[in-house]
Amino acid sequence: MKMRTTTSLISAASAITLALSLSACGSSGPQDPAADSASPTMWALTGSSEKIFRSSVEDWNKANADDKITQEFFANDAYKTKVRTAVGAGEGPTFIYGWGGGVLKSYVDAGHVSDLDEFLSENPEVKDRYIPSVLENGVIDGKTYALPNNNMQPIVLYYNKEVFEKIGAEPPKTWDDLMALVPKFNDAGIAPFSLAGQSKWPNLMWLEYLVDRVGGPEVFQAILDGEENAWSDPAVIEALTMIQDLVDAGGFVNGFSSIAADAGADSALLYTDKAAMMLHGGWVYQNLKNDAPEFVESGEVGFTTFPSVEGGEGDPANIVGNPANMWSLSSTASDKQKESALKYLKDGLFSEEYTQAMIDSGAVPAVNGIEDQLAASDDKDFVQFIYGLAQDAPSFQLSWDQALSPAQGDAMLANLDQIFIGEITPEEFAENMNATLGK
Amino acid sequence: MSTLLKPKPAMKVRGARAEGPSAWMVVPALVFFVTFAVVPLLGVLFLSFTNWNGLGAITWAGLDSWRTALTDSVTLNALIVTVKIMVYSLVVQVPISLLLGVFTAGNQRYRAVLAVLYFVPLLLSSAAVAIAFKALLDPNFGMGPGLGIPVLAQNWLGSADLVLFVVIFVIAWQFVPFHTLIYQGGVRQIPASFYEAAQIDGAGRVQQFFHITLPQLKYTIITSSTLMVLGSLAYFDLIFVLTAGGPGYATRLLPLHMYLTGFRANDMGAASALGVILVVIGLGLALLLQRLGGNSRSASQLEGA
Repeated sequence: MKMRTTTSLISAASAITLALSLSACGSSGPQDPAADSASPTMWALTGSSEKIFRSSVEDWNKANADDKITQEFFANDAYKTKVRTAVGAGEGPTFIYGWGGGVLKSYVDAGHVSDLDEFLSENPEVKDRYIPSVLENGVIDGKTYALPNNNMQPIVLYYNKEVFEKIGAEPPKTWDDLMALVPKFNDAGIAPFSLAGQSKWPNLMWLEYLVDRVGGPEVFQAILDGEENAWSDPAVIEALTMIQDLVDAGGFVNGFSSIAADAGADSALLYTDKAAMMLHGGWVYQNLKNDAPEFVESGEVGFTTFPSVEGGEGDPANIVGNPANMWSLSSTASDKQKESALKYLKDGLFSEEYTQAMIDSGAVPAVNGIEDQLAASDDKDFVQFIYGLAQDAPSFQLSWDQALSPAQGDAMLANLDQIFIGEITPEEFAENMNATLGK
Repeated sequence: MSTLLKPKPAMKVRGARAEGPSAWMVVPALVFFVTFAVVPLLGVLFLSFTNWNGLGAITWAGLDSWRTALTDSVTLNALIVTVKIMVYSLVVQVPISLLLGVFTAGNQRYRAVLAVLYFVPLLLSSAAVAIAFKALLDPNFGMGPGLGIPVLAQNWLGSADLVLFVVIFVIAWQFVPFHTLIYQGGVRQIPASFYEAAQIDGAGRVQQFFHITLPQLKYTIITSSTLMVLGSLAYFDLIFVLTAGGPGYATRLLPLHMYLTGFRANDMGAASALGVILVVIGLGLALLLQRLGGNSRSASQLEGA
């Protein structure tokens, strides 16, 4: 009996530790054996900007044989976990793809990324090419640690012009308009809003906009600064109540919390005329061009700003979303790698072809002086709309899940999910979230 | 009779050990085990008393991480979800796989064909299974509208009441074949003479099942249940991809909670504390199940066969 116990103990222990250690590993990915170890490495995301990153580096490598860059692409969620583990272990890539905000700050605090101030003062033209409010996202404690590498992605309200014509309605300008549209669309058998609630983060866009419209950007700034009970701000409570009212009124498509964003099922509801509107990021337009070209080409897709809220303190011109993705440079890279990387940031990034390719894909790069190119674009309605939004916005707030620390972001998404399915009240949300302040 | 026979095998074991291969032969396995199991486990134990966000310096935290992990209402909820999944999985999977195992153990050819079909889910990776089910369960573009059966278009993954059963179903869909295989092997080991004797005594099929097959499968049931129970402490990939713990915290079971705490919220200290809790629970359950089987070994399986 004793021996049996010991063996079973050992086998059980080994099974469990093995399972645990397996989830912890998965360090370095496939490496290009031909790549010189002295050449800078670049990790980026698959998806909307992938093609542009790829061709940019290919062209760069052809023209600059001494400063070749090795590139790897990852899916969004997998990347976020992998890059953090790699950077923490000092094995991160030379070019770190990021969103600014809380994650960039944790890299800076741990000394894993280089500050670019010296480079920028030597090369003022690099700094000057960016829209200042976007560049601002790479600045931590007065020093620049990251440079934008793609397009501005504010969150906008997409709508299907055909179904609006069908019921003879106009896109909502105010929250009351929006609530009044809900029963009209439901009566017509069309879901007012599409939402990929299963993925959790699309829910957040609603909260970000409503809090901004009701209370202005200061409300979230207080949360970001970790002020005590910041989540109990009346604006947050009101915004959450408005969300629950909209859910109760049948504002979102049936079963919205079973819909996942990864396969684009939410956008599909919009272009198959099953849903009238969708609040989503600027990148959706690029995806629609791929997934439903006839919907975009026929001009059926409409886009507008998030409605204003009567009596709200926030400026209706404020926007939220992702100002742009960014490149940071690893501080553990070798001098040679850094040198090549800086050369690329100076001459390769946002070269003329780069900017043009981005505009051609239906995106608006975060750079100045592109009005003419935007006006000549096939998608000029959309790109000019986005460019105008970003230029005129008094505040361009970074998505909260990126701005906050990861611990708070994770709790916020789970609690917001419970708000949408009616499991907790706004007050409970505020209480749960106040407990995470400063974490 | 059994008491008479009992010392014999025990003596044999002792003898075999004395004459058996040198104890040094255990060294490679031991080295492997210590390097990849004991050392990481000690590392996790150490980390559970520290603060570490995965990037910066590791600082001593005393019992802070344990306090965070244990007082967090999400942990308690994760524990309840884990127990629920464990119990429901057992209740659903044991009868199904037992019956399927007995069925496929027969020698008829059509049963062999069916057995092969049943094993197909076992060949698929958990992530692929989860992605496929996620697509099937989509209320607008999934199997409900696809097959034109409105009943199937439920809010499967978005309703806290339904999602647990969806998870149990998908787990069962994937793992029943594996347990069926174990039971099939167990049934095939039962000597045919038992059934012949029972038939002579006039026992029917149902009686044979309850009085011969089931008692003879006792150890198989214990083995398979141990794997199921310990397995539910390790269900991670499938649930992570299928629901990511949602909606809210409805399917955030302990291993997933550990992962999300460690790699999403970047609180390695609390995640390590959760890891230690997982190991302790796992060991406790494994021991308990072994004891359940070990206490009455006199009811030996093949005596008199």
